[in-house]
Amino acid sequence: MKPSRLFPMPIHSILLFAVWLLLNNTLAPGHILLGGFLAIAIPRLVAGLSTEQPSVKKPGLALRYCLLVLWDILTANFEVAVKVAGPMKKIRPGMVAVPLDIKSELGITLFASTISLTPGTVSAEISEDKRWLYVHALDVENEHALIQEVKQRYEAPLKEILGC
Amino acid sequence: MLSWAIAAVAVLICAALMMNLWRLIIGPSVQDRILALDTMYINSIALIVLYGIHTGTSMYFEAALMIAMLGFVSTSALCKYLLRGDIIE
Amino acid sequence: MASWVEIIVACFLLLGGIFMFVGSLGLVRLPDLYTRLHGPTKATTLGIAGILLASSIMFSIKNGGLSVHEWLITLFLLITAPVTANMLAKTALHHDVKMLSRSRGHELMEPARHRYGPEGASENTKSGTESNNSKLP
Repeated sequence: MKPSRLFPMPIHSILLFAVWLLLNNTLAPGHILLGGFLAIAIPRLVAGLSTEQPSVKKPGLALRYCLLVLWDILTANFEVAVKVAGPMKKIRPGMVAVPLDIKSELGITLFASTISLTPGTVSAEISEDKRWLYVHALDVENEHALIQEVKQRYEAPLKEILGC
Repeated sequence: MLSWAIAAVAVLICAALMMNLWRLIIGPSVQDRILALDTMYINSIALIVLYGIHTGTSMYFEAALMIAMLGFVSTSALCKYLLRGDIIE
Repeated sequence: MASWVEIIVACFLLLGGIFMFVGSLGLVRLPDLYTRLHGPTKATTLGIAGILLASSIMFSIKNGGLSVHEWLITLFLLITAPVTANMLAKTALHHDVKMLSRSRGHELMEPARHRYGPEGASENTKSGTESNNSKLP
């Protein structure tokens, strides 16, 4: 999607329209009209504030990535629930440093958020040169295996989606 | 069936809220207390939505949404204050 | 309202309630702040998703048509939960909150606090991980 004069931020316009209809929980013509007006007017007002954002290169892969993350949240939640309810002596917490291949800020943000959302790992801090992400894990069996898994499962598709 | 489930879940959430309160009181660090407060926000959203299901109105949805938004903003404001000693720089 | 709808709604409610409970249980039981972050910030996300899904199904059937505004709260919490967790972990790191003594990667705490890469303390890192590994059975 390319920005045009009428829609300087097309994704934000769609998001505003959808959220307006969701908030009012309706598909009445009046609300569609009002939502459309807001979706056009607000991005035009705030377009001057926007910064350069990388665009999504492969929407199909992005959708698959979302489903993968949702599935991982679901399955890993059960694992963490078992660990939390089980004996505390058995968990092996630890901090690992994950080297980052993604360079764009949006990519790093999405990667860190994904890591935090999937249970068992929380991203804690990022190095100043944006090359290392410090991740705290609830149960580390093998640091290298954990780093490899996270990088292959989440970072590689993200890199492909954002094209950087 | 449904009324039994609602009662059971209300008991579970109230127990969860009590545990959060326990963590809020004993600490030991400030971050623990913020985390407990944040979890209390989420638990109270669930309790409000549950009450909405019980009474059969969707009127409480706005209250739940407000708590979700205020909870996030207040948690991040508290973290920011601890990190920088200032909220608005 | 049909009874099978009640059963589905009750199942989602119970699933959500159990996850909320387990998340808060983690908050009480887990041994240090960094591990405590794992319990509530995520188990509660799934817990609230279950309860809101139950509400969505219930009002969709009851009022006819689709009731989707509950999804808005779920979406909002899915977006904000990792941000909250990240900020709390960052705050804890900068306030020098100690990790559990038996957890791994203690040598990474210092570079993480100063936002260096881990190679800044490469000698320490190597000897640290080796001695840690040798202790394992």
